Amino acid sequence: MKLRRTMMFVPGNNPGMLINAGIYGADTIIFDLEDSVALSEKDAARHLVYNAMKFIHYSCEVAVRINHISTPFGYKDLETILAVKPDLIRLPKAETAVDIEEIDELITAAEIKHGFLPGSINMMAAIETAKGIRNAYDIAAASPRMVAIAIGGEDYLADLQTSRTKDGKEFFAGRGQLILAAREAGIHAIDTVFGDVNNEEDFIAETTRIKEMGFDGKSVVNPRQINIVHEIYTPTEKEIDHAQRVISAYEESLTRKSGVVSLNGKMIDIPVVKRAQRTLAYANAVGKNEGGTTL
Amino acid sequence: MMNGVGREIPESIVGIKNVKPYIGPFSYVPTGRLTGSAIKVNKPRSEKVLASIEQAIEASGLKDGMTISFHHHFRNGDYVLNMVMAVIAKKGIKDLTLAPSSLNTINEEIIPYIEQGVIIAVETSGARGKLGQLLTSGKLSKPTIIRSHGGRARAIECGELHIDVAFIGAPACDTYGNINGVEGKSACGSLGYAMVDAAYADKVVAITDHLVPYPLFPISIPQTQVDYIVPVEAIGDPKGIASGALRISKDPRELLIAQYATTAIEHSGYFKQDYSIQLGSGGASLAAARFLKGKMQKQGITASFGLGGVTAPFIEMLEEGLIKAVYDVQDFDIPSIESIKKNRNHQEMSAAFYANPHNGGPIVNQLDVVILSATEVDVNFNVNVITDSNGVIMGAVGGHQDTAAGAALSIVVAPLLRGRLPMVIDQVHTVCTPGETVDIIVTERGVAVNPLRADLKENLKAANIPLMDIEELRNIAYEFAGKPDPIEVSDKIAAVVEYRDGTLIDVIRPTA
Repeated sequence: MKLRRTMMFVPGNNPGMLINAGIYGADTIIFDLEDSVALSEKDAARHLVYNAMKFIHYSCEVAVRINHISTPFGYKDLETILAVKPDLIRLPKAETAVDIEEIDELITAAEIKHGFLPGSINMMAAIETAKGIRNAYDIAAASPRMVAIAIGGEDYLADLQTSRTKDGKEFFAGRGQLILAAREAGIHAIDTVFGDVNNEEDFIAETTRIKEMGFDGKSVVNPRQINIVHEIYTPTEKEIDHAQRVISAYEESLTRKSGVVSLNGKMIDIPVVKRAQRTLAYANAVGKNEGGTTL
Repeated sequence: MMNGVGREIPESIVGIKNVKPYIGPFSYVPTGRLTGSAIKVNKPRSEKVLASIEQAIEASGLKDGMTISFHHHFRNGDYVLNMVMAVIAKKGIKDLTLAPSSLNTINEEIIPYIEQGVIIAVETSGARGKLGQLLTSGKLSKPTIIRSHGGRARAIECGELHIDVAFIGAPACDTYGNINGVEGKSACGSLGYAMVDAAYADKVVAITDHLVPYPLFPISIPQTQVDYIVPVEAIGDPKGIASGALRISKDPRELLIAQYATTAIEHSGYFKQDYSIQLGSGGASLAAARFLKGKMQKQGITASFGLGGVTAPFIEMLEEGLIKAVYDVQDFDIPSIESIKKNRNHQEMSAAFYANPHNGGPIVNQLDVVILSATEVDVNFNVNVITDSNGVIMGAVGGHQDTAAGAALSIVVAPLLRGRLPMVIDQVHTVCTPGETVDIIVTERGVAVNPLRADLKENLKAANIPLMDIEELRNIAYEFAGKPDPIEVSDKIAAVVEYRDGTLIDVIRPTA
């Protein structure tokens, strides 16, 4: 099971950060060609990211956030970056399924051109407007390449004519819609960044909140945020123990070819098994299920 | 002669008495007796306080060719060394050997005195900036001798480094020569390095900006060792002497290195109730203190003692009961200075008690774990902390050799790449600490265990850290940065690096 607890943005025009992006343990790194890169630096960032991806072996999932295809940079970004086979293309400011379908076609063409396995490059989209939220399911389901949708931060709040609050009321409707759309489409829901890197307390509160809402992970802007998110997504010993017992009971029922699964006299249905599998996947990600420890 | 770390050491070196090549960390067995200062006498009601440094220099009998010493507890806030050297130069005294416990950038002011021949030789722990460049240039008539803190204490106590006159910056001094470092505007905390000088120098001059009526207490350096006292306006700049509490690094790479280092400690087998620890003052070391604290709290482990080089995170752990006692040879920040002043479990110690390998046993021998930094490391685990990537002196050996040899587990932390330079390489330019005393190298991309420590390697398999061979680390570094060309040097010897036992572990030659 692929986890995307943390998707870390790395500015595409910073060579030092590109070199070290992979060492901090983020589930996904996102090389950014969009908002963190000044207009005058767009070319340089595109070529730096291209060369970094060509030369450096990153052991985690590598995504590239391209500029929107309605800007003068989007198509060039795709043309350059697809040649070095990113795991994932992230489109910003997605509003309709048409955006996704167009990029899907470009990716398909690039896969043929470069001889990559068809369908091997995934996509995700960030939704940053009210219109996008209304179309969230259509966007999420627009292509089999789609693996995640994310809610964008500042643009979305500007569109909503509100601003950040401590307890995140302003995001409540958008996050709710996003998670429903992602679940219906069967893909990941990723939360927005929390920019105040030194405010650990509010970051923990927000991450805990979005985990409870059902989000699969969070975009992060600094390596220091990674372990905090992973810690929050790490199941407790008790949860792991229960999940292990559910899975053993389930596996035993399979060998017995019995349709009924029970644990301690209680019936277990398939959603419980699925939840247990998910718990163990998160435990495995931090080595907690194998006798190791978190960092 | 090829020494024990594969470095070519000449049979004889002009200006160095009795060249002995390094063999192994505990191979050299000393013989003979300790030395001592000149016998002193002081009649009742005689006056030790003099009006000027010049008078003190005259009274001390300082002459051409003698050896003078200073301590570096004031670090980059030190006024004493420059002030005294200016007077000495003015008096026309020359051919001196300067033997301070270390040199800082602020001491660059003395460069003209080296060029004029007032100072013709230097014996110290290290140097930076222009002074480092000068000591690497080979322009001095004798090679500079680089010694660790323990090695310097040893050299003084056994007579290899005989100090004629020690000038001791005294943050607080009474009218009969009792000194401590915890009071006055230039308080620096422990006076650990100066203690050895005071005990063994023929003449001891205290220079103070806080002269108090007799008697002063607590006493770090006693009246019995002090000959003259000179009150001056200021012996240092408090801002340069100690910072506020050093802040924990926010550099994610340093934090990652610190996490790997503390996870390694946790799984090493040494992380037990009543273990002991020394941490450096670098970014990764300070961050390691915070992570270690978390692990100790979580697992209910307390340490029997902490050693240092003391910084605020250590003091926090002492005050919270996580460390039972702190032994202190120098303080880096204001919280540490405050602590040594008021906390009975925070003890001052001399450099000899700390690290001299040739006594009944320094405290480093009792140390379980130390975290050390490095400029560069090689595939034989040898560490360089003295020369930069151009081969120029830009650091100090400090307690590196001593704690690496003494501690049961010595961990060296270093970034794998600094800018575009690899830091794990085939051969370090200058060996300071021999690889056989280094157990683990921690970088941001991987952790390598010395093959001599199969036990550790086994223990660390359970830890969630990227273990790899040291050659693999080097390969990653080279892959990014390329293999650096060896630094071209001339035949001359500009400096020798002593191992703590007095044998030569390496020489530093001027760069071509």
